[in-house]
Amino acid sequence: MVKFDNVTKKYETNHALDKATIHIAKGEFVFLVGPSGAGKSTFIKLIIKELDPDSGRIYVNDKEITRLSNREIPILRRGIGMVFQDFRLLPNKTVFENVAFSMEVVHYTQRTIRRQVPQVLDLMGIGDKRDKFPSELSAGEQQRVAIARAIINNPQLLIADEPTGNLDVDTAWEIMKLIDQINRRGTTVVMVTHARDIVDRMGKRVVTLDSGKIISDSNGGRRDV
Amino acid sequence: MFKGLSYALKQAFVQLFRNKGMTVASLFSITAMLLILGLFFFLTVNVNFITEKIKDEFNTIEVYLLDETTEAQAQVMATSLKAMDEVAGVEYITKDMAMEEFKARLGDRDYSFEGLTTNPLPNSLRVTLTSLEGGELTAEVCRNMLGVEDVRYYQTEINKVLKISNYFQRGALVIIGFLIIISVMVVSNTVKLTVMARQREIMIMKFVGATNWFIRGPMLLEGMLIGLISAGVALGCMGTIYVRIVEAFNNQAIALLSSKLVEPEFMITNLAWIFAALGISIGAFGSIISMRRFLKA
Repeated sequence: MVKFDNVTKKYETNHALDKATIHIAKGEFVFLVGPSGAGKSTFIKLIIKELDPDSGRIYVNDKEITRLSNREIPILRRGIGMVFQDFRLLPNKTVFENVAFSMEVVHYTQRTIRRQVPQVLDLMGIGDKRDKFPSELSAGEQQRVAIARAIINNPQLLIADEPTGNLDVDTAWEIMKLIDQINRRGTTVVMVTHARDIVDRMGKRVVTLDSGKIISDSNGGRRDV
Repeated sequence: MFKGLSYALKQAFVQLFRNKGMTVASLFSITAMLLILGLFFFLTVNVNFITEKIKDEFNTIEVYLLDETTEAQAQVMATSLKAMDEVAGVEYITKDMAMEEFKARLGDRDYSFEGLTTNPLPNSLRVTLTSLEGGELTAEVCRNMLGVEDVRYYQTEINKVLKISNYFQRGALVIIGFLIIISVMVVSNTVKLTVMARQREIMIMKFVGATNWFIRGPMLLEGMLIGLISAGVALGCMGTIYVRIVEAFNNQAIALLSSKLVEPEFMITNLAWIFAALGISIGAFGSIISMRRFLKA
């Protein structure tokens, strides 16, 4: 699903990613951990082509994305669902419209949108909030909207950048259960996190980055740091 | 294509109402800019209009004839005057015609003549000049003709008026130039504010996989709508003010000159097109600038 082949990315002099090689298979759930500045955000930005590597190759869904033209970037991103620590909802759109926007981008008909958005909102347990604006929701509810938006187009890959970073423990765990559900339905999940308890409790593959290098890659939820 | 347009239009309308702060700020600055340009339009059009009218009105010399001068003698004088290069035409005005004109000029205020039993006005020749330059020479020729009581030619007055209008036009241009610079600054400041508000919005839309045009379309239309609404507001203000000014001016001006201001109907129709075109382009231009930076990659 995602393949990094000897990828290096430098910011001025320091290496954000140093000859990283990794393979994430379809349907996997991978935690990306490591101290701040280890290269986790760079890793994600490279997958969605917000950044380009200095050297090496990156494949997403068997397609080499390092060669994509600017015009192809939106198409790449439509196949990837994204969830962020700060939710990134459009403040001037309602819950329904925020989720619908993802579908409008790929030119679904209004009929399909009106049918599917409520279903996903119900799945996320926020069916009754459809006409609220993001500012009227709790943090946990906002993250549910963001997840609904991320999965509405059935992406092959879900990227979550510290999705529980702004949530209390119970809410965080609720969100994790949702993400796990999504993974069980076949979506590959790559999640960056600092939350050790979550990583331990989930028992998934853990990739540890430090100073731009992959220093461990293990299964079973234990990080070897 | 049509679907895309209707989507963009719908989004533009919805966002217009939700981004109230930005909408009001942009509306205010574009309206201010249009009002200033409208003022410029009003002033120059009217000054030109009045100047032309004055030139028209004063390119004639009124030659008042003695009562004993017969119409036949007057026609002879007219023929000799017509032979001059400086003269475009000569018209014989009887005292009755002169009275009619006078009454017409005063409109419904002719009550002041109700007591008159005889017509005090003289017969006259109205000499139309080919250009204002030949005025003094022609007036001199007329003064030296037999049977002439008096010659009216307002050369110095004309020159004064023309000079004033000339200064006025230049002055207005300078002032308007400054005002335009100020309003451009106001608009560009509003655009800067908009840019910051939009930065995050555009970033999020791009993460979801929106193409540049998908983001740009509604925002462009939103800007154009704001421009159009501003044009409406500015037109309403200018129209109301102008109608009042014309009413007041036309009531006062009768005694001074017969020249009036340009008809409000003509002004407002033209201004509507100018405002609409300017408003929409300012709005579109502002939107493009505010988006450009964030849509490159």
